[in-house]
Amino acid sequence: MTGVPLAPPRRLVDVTVDGEAVRLPEGSTILDACPGTPTLCYGDTLTPKNACRICVVEVKGARTLVPACSRRVEPGMEIMTDTERVRHSRRLVLELLGSSTDLSTTPGAAEWSEEYGARPERFGPPGDASTDRDARHPGAHESPDGASAATVAQPAKVDNDLYVRDYEKCILCYKCVDACGEQWQNTFAIGVAGRGFDARISTEHAAPLPDSACVYCGNCIEVCPTGALSFKSEYDMRAEGTWDESRQDQTTTICTYCGVGCNLTLHVQDNEIVKVSSPHDNPVTHGNLCVKGRFGFQHVQNRTRG
Amino acid sequence: MAKKNARAPYLRLTRPLVRDAGELRPATWAEALDRAADGFRRNVERHGPDAFGMFSCARATNEMNFVAQKFTRVVIGTNNVDSCNRTCHAPSVAGLAAAFGSGGGTSSYTEIEDTDLIVMWGSSAREAHPIFFQHVLKAIRRGARVFAVDPRRTSTARWADRWLGLNVGTDIPLANAIAREIIHAGLHNATFVERGTTGFEEFAESVEPWTLESAEQVTGVPAGAIRELAHAYARAERAQLCWTLGITEHHNATDNVRALINLALLTGHVGRYASGLNPLRGQNNVQGGGDMGAIPDRLAGFQDILDARVRERFGRAWGTEIQPRYGLNLTDMLAAMGEGRLTAAYIIGENPTQSEADAEHTVERLGRLDHLVVQDIFLTKTARMADVVLPASAAWCESDGTMTNSERRVQRVRKALAPPGEARDDIDILCELARRLGHDWHYDAAEDIWDEVRSLSPIHAGMSYSRLEELQGIQWPCYSEDRVEPSFLHSRLWETDAEARGRPAPFAVLRHSPPVDLLDEDFPLRLTTGRRLDSYNTGVQSSGFASPLRRGENIELSPEDARRLGVTPGEEVRVSSRRGTVTAPVFVDPALRPGLVFMTMHFPDEVDTNSLTIEATDPIAGTAEYKATAVRVEPLCRPVGGN
Repeated sequence: MTGVPLAPPRRLVDVTVDGEAVRLPEGSTILDACPGTPTLCYGDTLTPKNACRICVVEVKGARTLVPACSRRVEPGMEIMTDTERVRHSRRLVLELLGSSTDLSTTPGAAEWSEEYGARPERFGPPGDASTDRDARHPGAHESPDGASAATVAQPAKVDNDLYVRDYEKCILCYKCVDACGEQWQNTFAIGVAGRGFDARISTEHAAPLPDSACVYCGNCIEVCPTGALSFKSEYDMRAEGTWDESRQDQTTTICTYCGVGCNLTLHVQDNEIVKVSSPHDNPVTHGNLCVKGRFGFQHVQNRTRG
Repeated sequence: MAKKNARAPYLRLTRPLVRDAGELRPATWAEALDRAADGFRRNVERHGPDAFGMFSCARATNEMNFVAQKFTRVVIGTNNVDSCNRTCHAPSVAGLAAAFGSGGGTSSYTEIEDTDLIVMWGSSAREAHPIFFQHVLKAIRRGARVFAVDPRRTSTARWADRWLGLNVGTDIPLANAIAREIIHAGLHNATFVERGTTGFEEFAESVEPWTLESAEQVTGVPAGAIRELAHAYARAERAQLCWTLGITEHHNATDNVRALINLALLTGHVGRYASGLNPLRGQNNVQGGGDMGAIPDRLAGFQDILDARVRERFGRAWGTEIQPRYGLNLTDMLAAMGEGRLTAAYIIGENPTQSEADAEHTVERLGRLDHLVVQDIFLTKTARMADVVLPASAAWCESDGTMTNSERRVQRVRKALAPPGEARDDIDILCELARRLGHDWHYDAAEDIWDEVRSLSPIHAGMSYSRLEELQGIQWPCYSEDRVEPSFLHSRLWETDAEARGRPAPFAVLRHSPPVDLLDEDFPLRLTTGRRLDSYNTGVQSSGFASPLRRGENIELSPEDARRLGVTPGEEVRVSSRRGTVTAPVFVDPALRPGLVFMTMHFPDEVDTNSLTIEATDPIAGTAEYKATAVRVEPLCRPVGGN
């Protein structure tokens, strides 16, 4: 009656990665075997969605490339991470994303593009920004003109004081939808609307956030891989040109609000909190916070009026 | 629509202030500290050490709370130290300690995810403890059933399989009826009752009058729903009972807590993995403040002051003699101020003029002090009454130390910001005052204080800073550096050997005691109070950020009552209790039942909800009955008392 259930012991699995022997616990993914593999839609606190395809690798005997983030290792698996097929596939993913979305705040994007020789500009100059993406119905998409690259460029949505949705940076990885939905927050304020190239993340009827079901936990920002979702403080500082991560310290402490004891990582630049995150491996939060923990810090830095 | 929370956010205090000719003026640290110390010395010399009271801070670190209680006991020489846990979960601590010997929740967040049945009783965790509720949501996704017991159909209740909407203040009849049903159905855990408890026969007899039908009459919960909860809880392999202030903010709160504990004892849902009792704590270190001895009856690690060996050990370590009697709790201290027995108070990071029930009365009592020192990060309403105001650092981001959460996990707090202006760390300030009062205290780092705690409190002994870092916090008890104890408490009660089992947990025989503030023709509506997701307590902290969810204070009415009173959403109305009157706009909430109205306490500068609430306190824990006020609601455009 008093026992603590223990997980059954896990066997070890032997695989090779680019010819090198690697031994991992049963149930590990190829990504566990190949740290350093580029990922975008993968989230360490989320179930893999296999949306972006940038982490694909070649497995000997497999007809297609496999996503490293979700494919589990099997005994004797021979994994190849740097073949021409893999490089070509990753290059194409980066080119298609790079031509249609703004990857300027996506960590890793510039380095990967260089490594795989991605040239998004080969699809032509970027097309015009649109202001009606939210209103498009399935099938309303017009054929491309062939001279310019279709983009998701559009004005950023600044409809509240806490965070900004800049969907021209959105790669439709679905992580925000999963974090807002059944995997963590269970608020279901956002989902995917539209089809094909018009698909986009949206609130119900594209309502502004203050009119939506959003509770401003910011757990979508926590998982966003491209900076499409960001603190308004970060968005404003980037616009002013004062955002400088090299001058920021990150300190993990305990939230000042209720007694649950959430771990907050304060991102501090020039003695000002500019952003708050939470460690994804923390047993209390698993990277999630509520509106007070995520955004309720301003009271400590109301130091002078105006 | 104009919002009623138009007040500008509080500004940080950056300089010490002292009162001259009735006015607070800026001062140097030396002057402010001298004045603070002189006032304490004067009062202790004149009236003895028991004329001093310390309000320690549930939002500061364990280290600060330890130093604050040490200051009270060593520098001043009294046990009059307490914190605002008195206004929330003191009954939980008292009830759990009476049953099991220590006052903490018995399970861990992870165990919530692994349980089969969760009862959320008087707890709107979805709004008040959102990240705890994420663990509940994981359990729901894994198939756990949830019962919500709450007068309001809250956002928590909306996630439950069953909502039991009881009348405010009828928790004991409901719990007793559940117990009776379990016993009559033969579903109690006879092995556990026999082995781990005492007083079963008497208890079983005491619940006998509470048939399902008589409980339905009193609680308003249908008999079938009570029966269903009783059977589901008793039959579950693992079950968790979680509660918040809906249980504790009553005049008989400790009894309410004991009523829930009875159910766990009856079914054996305690002392096992994923079965337990969980009070959800309201402030980031309200657990730790009590653990550190910043309470009038215990020293660090819940060691009883009445135990001579305990006093001797602490006394030897501190070179002092500790008073062999309990000090005054926060409620008693306020009463003692009113009677002129307590003449000097040191309030650290608390705002009792706005957080206490019957706020006017609290202001009057604080006004009778000879010497009031307030140490805070803001010039709160309480600070504005002080003789000396000392600007402090914000513990959670401007100091180093540890805090203890609702699952007893001690976690590191780290300094990320420099405090503004001349504001200083709480512990520095306490040491400065101690030195002025003849005790040469110096601590180089928070870790030194923590190591002193570890040397005196066995349940913290194994928690070095390096281990806390490595393991992302450690739950108490942790007796040694080479092991971690199970994540749940009281497994001893299941031991077959009587010696290993230790003191069995007693059942409590409890009588129903309805809310003190009776409903009648003049005050026909039951007002209950609570939190909203984006705001916090008296709003001093949460008013600092621009929440798109914030809609200011409202009086929330059921659609039926709104119709009957002829009032419409947004309309300003008068809300009166036997103690005070406020005006607030109407918000119609279909989650309320007719006769029940709701307000928060987040906007006291605009609508002082606590001028309505009653200061009827729990005799054991001292918590006030914030949850049950009798009020009347009237449209403004009509004369008072008219139709």
